[in-house]
Amino acid sequence: MWNFHKLLEKHTMILIVGILIVVSLGGLVQITPLFFIESTIERVEGVRPYTPLELAGRQIYIREGCYTCHSQMIRPLRDEVERYGHYSLAAESMYDHPFQWGSKRTGPDLARVGGRYSDEWQRDHLINPRSVVPESVMPPYAFLQRADVDAGRAAAHLRANRVVGVPYTDDMVANAAGDMRTQGDPTAADYDAFTARYPNAVVRDFDGDPSRLTEMDALIAYLQHLGTGVDFSTYEAEAPGNLR
Amino acid sequence: MTTATQPVGRDDPWEAIPIAAIAVLGALLSIAGAATAEDSRFAVQMYTAAAGFVFGLWALAYWLANRRKTQPTKYQDNVVKAGVIASMFWGVAGMLVGVIIALQLAYPNLLYFADFGWTNFGRLRPLHTSAVIFAFGGNVLLATSFYVVQRTCRARLAGGAWPWFVFWGYQLFILLAGTGYLLGVTQGREYAEPAWYTDLWLTLVWVVYLLVFLATLWKRQEKHIYVANWFYLAFIVTIAMLHIVNNLAIPISFSNWFSYSAFSGVQDALTQWWYGHNAVGFFLTAGFLAIMYYFVPKQAERPIYSYRLSIVHFWALIFLYIWAGPHHLHYTALPQWAQSLGATFSIMLWMPSWGGMINGLMTLSGAWDKLRTDPVLRMLVVSVAFYGMSTFEGPVMSIRAVNSLSHYTDWTIGHVHSGALGWVGFVSFGALYCLTPWLWKRQRLYSLALVDWHFWIATLGIVLYITSMWVAGIMQGLMWRAYNELGFLEYSFVETVEAMNPYYIIRALGGGLYLVGALLMVYNLWRTARGDAPARADEPAPAAVAAE
Repeated sequence: MWNFHKLLEKHTMILIVGILIVVSLGGLVQITPLFFIESTIERVEGVRPYTPLELAGRQIYIREGCYTCHSQMIRPLRDEVERYGHYSLAAESMYDHPFQWGSKRTGPDLARVGGRYSDEWQRDHLINPRSVVPESVMPPYAFLQRADVDAGRAAAHLRANRVVGVPYTDDMVANAAGDMRTQGDPTAADYDAFTARYPNAVVRDFDGDPSRLTEMDALIAYLQHLGTGVDFSTYEAEAPGNLR
Repeated sequence: MTTATQPVGRDDPWEAIPIAAIAVLGALLSIAGAATAEDSRFAVQMYTAAAGFVFGLWALAYWLANRRKTQPTKYQDNVVKAGVIASMFWGVAGMLVGVIIALQLAYPNLLYFADFGWTNFGRLRPLHTSAVIFAFGGNVLLATSFYVVQRTCRARLAGGAWPWFVFWGYQLFILLAGTGYLLGVTQGREYAEPAWYTDLWLTLVWVVYLLVFLATLWKRQEKHIYVANWFYLAFIVTIAMLHIVNNLAIPISFSNWFSYSAFSGVQDALTQWWYGHNAVGFFLTAGFLAIMYYFVPKQAERPIYSYRLSIVHFWALIFLYIWAGPHHLHYTALPQWAQSLGATFSIMLWMPSWGGMINGLMTLSGAWDKLRTDPVLRMLVVSVAFYGMSTFEGPVMSIRAVNSLSHYTDWTIGHVHSGALGWVGFVSFGALYCLTPWLWKRQRLYSLALVDWHFWIATLGIVLYITSMWVAGIMQGLMWRAYNELGFLEYSFVETVEAMNPYYIIRALGGGLYLVGALLMVYNLWRTARGDAPARADEPAPAAVAAE
């Protein structure tokens, strides 16, 4: 064996091929089955692709590094389920490119924050977290209120998502910019068409400023959607297809 | 010394042509990007890149004009010197950002502004992690690998100007990534935050790095490839694999910084932590073990303890590390078979990790007395001890029961820093203290007393850091799961935030001390490089430092 190793020590290419083989195995065995084993993602009802406005909010969530302090992954532990709600399913992040499960809870988990607070609370909290939670250590995001969302690029975002496998229809792509504006405006004409494309989507003026569609609108729309997708009345955790 | 027989020095100017072509092409693409930018963030990034490429052209012209003026040398050491300087600069910058974000968690209005988010925690945190890992650690690895491969192969660095391309190309990567974070340009993947174009640029630089390293190995005058080079090679090759796979993404357009990752949800999570944990395993471990395998025996003037142990632990380490990623995803929506597999390999990983520690520490056999007189060796040895400590803590934390408490808490942050400050930081400082007098041809360091001060201040800083994070993390985990006598959760989340405050202050103090230590080092190395006389004539003379 030690003599065999001398071969590796004397030939760079043999050494490098040996290294490549050895370091490839783990990833091949662990990661590739996740794409093929069907039960990896549970069968659930209610999870849909993000609306254009939610997607824009998600981009802001990523841009501001929210994942550095907030997780979006509730573990099946008693205290977490009681604190945050039903444990997270893989199906709930199947349209998340990238995933935002996080690794640190300097702040609380956000996987099911949707609907837990009013839009007004979210806006006040984002503008100055310590105005509503005095002990908070979160940075302020008042500048979101002053930045308009670029609806013109909404279709490009949907198209890129479609390339990586999110099932946006041609109809959704064609109406992306309009849908983005509609979600922030309850009086918009194509309200019905929008809610047909995105079932259960909430349509309202999220940031309290109906004259503009701001990054604050987008981020709150995203937060209010988090964890609200799955219809748990039809989800069977013990079904054979969901056992992992 | 075989200087006389070496073909040396006169680098071929022709390789300047493809480098110039890359720089011109890069500048043109950047200007086109800036002209068509869909938002101001992308425009700023592209102008920054264009400025970088123009600087690169100037640097190339300077190299061409001056390369015949200096005496040819056996080894290409100037690029190593540049790496040493860059390491010091980025080290201090990255640690400073670390202290700032630590203070922000303790005093949450520090550098927070209503009108812009450039200095918010969420943007500075990736700046800190990337600056210390990739900018500081990366430059230490570049500098030491270029130094070690030349000495252990008795061959000049291959490729003439190409090593300089690697050096400056890597600095451009750091500049684009770092300024991008402040603007909010990120992929939202921990330790893989740089945007798609920055990733592409790094891929090119990294492939050239591999080729320069390999071509130097091919020129070697020694039959055997020295053990440090196995580790450097594994580090370079594996990081390339991890970087490419984990950053597969579709940009929304070529004029926009934002991209969507190729994978989603659970697959994306495991790919990311396969990458993330092996950034630890191959960037922060394999690469720095290479440093250990050269600098510890050199400074101790003893051979490596066991050649066979180095073989066994090398292959075991690189094989097992790759599997350990899923321990970052315990109790998540990742299927449990993957979690269990990851935890199993993480626990097994303890053995090759300690194999490396034992090989490093036992190299001191017969030379332990040098720890009393040589603070540089002491720093190197203590780094190996910290390596042993954090590679024991890691497997413990990968056990599901422990992880259910430690995950999401500051215990993880403490664990990372016992490895980062104790192992990576100290072994890097040790290597820089060795390299500076060797490269600048000085008899000795400017002041060994300052090294002593650095060692003790930094050690105190580490102790404050990791103990405060242990207490904070475990307390946080226990508070989250505490129930009162009526069966309700005892604490609201914000009560656990409030309880963190004193520990966050202690942690910031620990980090601050560590930064002060690094500043002492920079001062000391600067005076050493300048060739200043030692501060005190009566300082104990160090064991004669072997200038090659």
